[in-house]
Amino acid sequence: DCCPSVKNILLLDSEGKRVAVKYFSDEWPTNNSKLAFEKALFAKTLRTNARMEAEIVMFQDNIVVYKFVQDLHFFVTGGDHENELLLAAVLQGFFDAVTLLLRNNVDKREALENLDLIFLCLDEIVDQGIILETDPSVIAGKVAIHSMDGAAPLAEQTISQALATAREHLTRTLLT
Amino acid sequence: MAQPLVKKDDDRDDEAEYSPFLGIEKGAVLQEARVFNDPQLDPRRCSQVITKLLYLLNQGETFTKIEATEVFFAVTKLFQSRDIGLRRMVYLMIKELSPSADEVIIVTSSLMKDMTSKTDMYRANAIRVLCRITDGTLLTQIERYLKQAIVDKNPVVASAALVSGIHLLQTTPEIVKRWSNEVQEAVQSRAALVQFHALALLHQIRQNDRLAVSKLVTSLTRGTVRSPLAQCLLIRYTTQVIREAATTQTGDRPFYDFLESCLRHKAEMVIFEAARAITELNGVTNRELTPAITVLQLFLSSSKPVLRFAAVRTLNKVAMTHPMAVTNCNIDMESLISDQNRSIATLAITTLLKTGNESSVDRLMKQITNFMSDIADEFKIVVVEAIRSLCLKFPLKYRSLMNFLSNILREEGGFEYKKAIVDSIVILIRDIPDAKENGLLHLCEFIEDCEFTYLSTQILHFLGTEGPKTSDPSKYIRYIYNRVHLENATVRAAAVSTLAKFGAMVDALKPRVFVLLRRCLYDGDDEVRDRATLYLNTVGSDGEVIETDKDVKDFLFGSLDIPLANIETSLKNYEPAEQPFDINSVPKEVKTQPLAEKKAPGKMPAGLGAPPSGPPSTVDAYEKLLSSIPEFSDFGKLFKSAAPVELTEAETEYAVNVVKHIFDKHVVFQYNCTNTIPEQLLENVTVIVDASEAEEFAELASKPLRSLPYDSPGQTFVAFEKPEGVPAVGKFSNMLRFIVKEVDPTTGDVEDDGVEDEYQLEDLEVVAADYVMKVGVSNFRNAWESIGPDFERVDEYGLGPRESLAEAVSAVISLLGMQPCEGTEVVANNSRSHTCLLSGVFIGNVKVLVRLQFGIDGPKEVAMKLAVRSEDDNVSDMIHEIVASG
Repeated sequence: DCCPSVKNILLLDSEGKRVAVKYFSDEWPTNNSKLAFEKALFAKTLRTNARMEAEIVMFQDNIVVYKFVQDLHFFVTGGDHENELLLAAVLQGFFDAVTLLLRNNVDKREALENLDLIFLCLDEIVDQGIILETDPSVIAGKVAIHSMDGAAPLAEQTISQALATAREHLTRTLLT
Repeated sequence: MAQPLVKKDDDRDDEAEYSPFLGIEKGAVLQEARVFNDPQLDPRRCSQVITKLLYLLNQGETFTKIEATEVFFAVTKLFQSRDIGLRRMVYLMIKELSPSADEVIIVTSSLMKDMTSKTDMYRANAIRVLCRITDGTLLTQIERYLKQAIVDKNPVVASAALVSGIHLLQTTPEIVKRWSNEVQEAVQSRAALVQFHALALLHQIRQNDRLAVSKLVTSLTRGTVRSPLAQCLLIRYTTQVIREAATTQTGDRPFYDFLESCLRHKAEMVIFEAARAITELNGVTNRELTPAITVLQLFLSSSKPVLRFAAVRTLNKVAMTHPMAVTNCNIDMESLISDQNRSIATLAITTLLKTGNESSVDRLMKQITNFMSDIADEFKIVVVEAIRSLCLKFPLKYRSLMNFLSNILREEGGFEYKKAIVDSIVILIRDIPDAKENGLLHLCEFIEDCEFTYLSTQILHFLGTEGPKTSDPSKYIRYIYNRVHLENATVRAAAVSTLAKFGAMVDALKPRVFVLLRRCLYDGDDEVRDRATLYLNTVGSDGEVIETDKDVKDFLFGSLDIPLANIETSLKNYEPAEQPFDINSVPKEVKTQPLAEKKAPGKMPAGLGAPPSGPPSTVDAYEKLLSSIPEFSDFGKLFKSAAPVELTEAETEYAVNVVKHIFDKHVVFQYNCTNTIPEQLLENVTVIVDASEAEEFAELASKPLRSLPYDSPGQTFVAFEKPEGVPAVGKFSNMLRFIVKEVDPTTGDVEDDGVEDEYQLEDLEVVAADYVMKVGVSNFRNAWESIGPDFERVDEYGLGPRESLAEAVSAVISLLGMQPCEGTEVVANNSRSHTCLLSGVFIGNVKVLVRLQFGIDGPKEVAMKLAVRSEDDNVSDMIHEIVASG
């Protein structure tokens, strides 16, 4: 089968601990094998500078592209014959969508406080390994719209306000 | 969970480790999930609880079956809420819980309602959830909606249905295949991602229909494909069509123009996909390669590491088969040696080493020397291996390359790295005679300060073999004897053996070596003392300058032509009370190893010293079985047993396979029979063999099988006599004859009266390869030289049109039944010539070595040059006969 596929998407913190992860391949059948992969990958990439441009490494017969910001480490893994640029597009989509959703405050604390948005974001990017969408504004748009119900009660104003800011930021990026 | 999910800015500075999930605990969250049952639902609270549940699952927490069921039922209550955000979390939660079939029914109606909702987001997500958790039966009910969704005007809904279709095709292909009209319509969609998903699904539906795929590709390569992702897919499908298309004798490759046009696409992803596809075309020409190499060269100087990596990785692969095509990139490649990303730097170096010419070697080595100090061992190993092949390519440059290797050998490094260097030096010493003395001294210096026992012993052994043959063997003695003083017992023992070898091989050194060996008699270790004693007593002549007896040399230092695994089994089976252990009783057949298990990610490569654990020896088992049958006991030693050959189709009444056992003057057929009918018992089972097409064989004995009950395999044998030592061939037709008795399968009662019956089996052949045993040699070149050209026979053969070079190579290997050496059975992709080395033992214990040189001559015509060396000219001729008649 030659359909491009993603084996996992990982969001780890600056100690290599999970913030949110999603696996689409049975290459790592148990939680321990997943944790071992994350630990080894984190150690392998820790010293590299992936803060400006996305970086890439051949790791355990897989291609991993990754990018760091603040105390967050973003990873996307694909098979060793996958088009590297295609995986990089998935990573960029994930990274930029999270940036939009967290209103440019991309760090671990903000990510954990909005973990529901991160989970939804992962769900909108890849479905069981198949790429659903790579355009960050479309991904963030879908996640944000879902949470923006007009009939929200008054008590939720804080969230609605936050999302309004996100939407505003979104429009701004779309225009620039 | 005291803190709500809403952020509180003022906490931030006080608590560095603040997390909304600090101290989260499964039991408490499951308690909290009771809010799902409240008559007055609080959507925000419910969403928070779901987030916590998802967080727990994401951290690797598991729910028991009961807990999962409870959560699932509680979550289904949330469909009552009209809050969109909450519904979205409900969808996620259901997917994570992967409910059982009877649970799915509970949510089916709610999801089906959402599937037909006016809200796009509901439709899209309900489709994804339902298709994820459903089985085939439910699918027929919702099929109508899915077909509609595929052509839905909202792209998110259409993509959801299409992607679900791709997954469902794995489990219920018959249903998904009915949607191809709608999918085809979606391929024309204006929405980029819809087109991508539709194309992927359509191709999967039609993948077994070559013509349909070809048509699909033809129409799309002319039309417009909107998204880069879809364009990448199209490139992949196109290369598939190119691969399967019959190549026209002349003319251009179909669709090459399309691939070439993609090199000018605006998306880098597409450009790269097309460039890579071109480089991987079968038998790609330089003219076809050029435009692809040009774009990859541009990528080499990109500011994006991913792009540089992708380009250099592809060029590295091209350099293996078309080094000349890549030389234009050498300048860009050289600037990548200092790349921040060490993977890129390593790939650049190894590419340069493949494409470099003789004059650039020295400059390249200088650059690499600076580079080596700051990369990890795994990269260094890759570089060392590349340097090794470079040195073999340009033997005149051995001096600078050998110096490089000896320099890095002195630097810090782990075992695998050091081993790679030592292995490389050893190979260079073997293959480049001029490099020998220099290389041996480098190795001597290395063992003066080597922390790895394995490497020290390996080098000492190698010194013992090569050192005595040099112009001045005495200069190595000091290094070797130093080991006896300074090292652990294992290394000391190895050093003693090496010393003795010098003593036995170099007569002039013998008196001095004996002095040293006598000192070893007082060593603290048993093994060291034992070895010293053995050598002093066998190498003999009290250390006078007299040549050591040839038999003694062979006994002490000769190579062991028996697989170690076989010796191990034989020694384990040996019972000390009986006769002395006879080394000649050990079978020489190399056991085929089971295919290595799928490489587990993260697993360390197996230690080099660790012997591969083989299956229990079938050779031993056969030998035991045959020698237990009195009729065959005087046939002598079993030469070889072939792998079983099936004589019946799968799933017939009786399953029979045959194993051919070859002896010097006899052949025994062992028929393994299985009765697969519970209502029958077979008795007095024999095989009637017609040997009229096997003139040189005469039937000698037959051993019937008394009884063959249902599903319990048994054996019957037939033995033939044949001329001694001659590789007689022939065809045998087989008929299974038996008495069949009815059995009541419920009670197991057998009727007394039986009926005689026969059952036709397939024919069986004894071929020349049956007389050749797979026996490997460790160093083919040495073996080839030592066997000498006395009985060498060389001839050329045309093998006719072949599917590929690799196919031709493996056909000849299996025809000859010999052991491929040094990994030469593997043919590099796209290569136009190949040399394959084989070794074996012919019946009568005659060593045979074969060197096969293949070349592609014209379109798919394979020609072969066959050179045979053996200890007997008849055998050399016979190998040629096998090939000529095969």
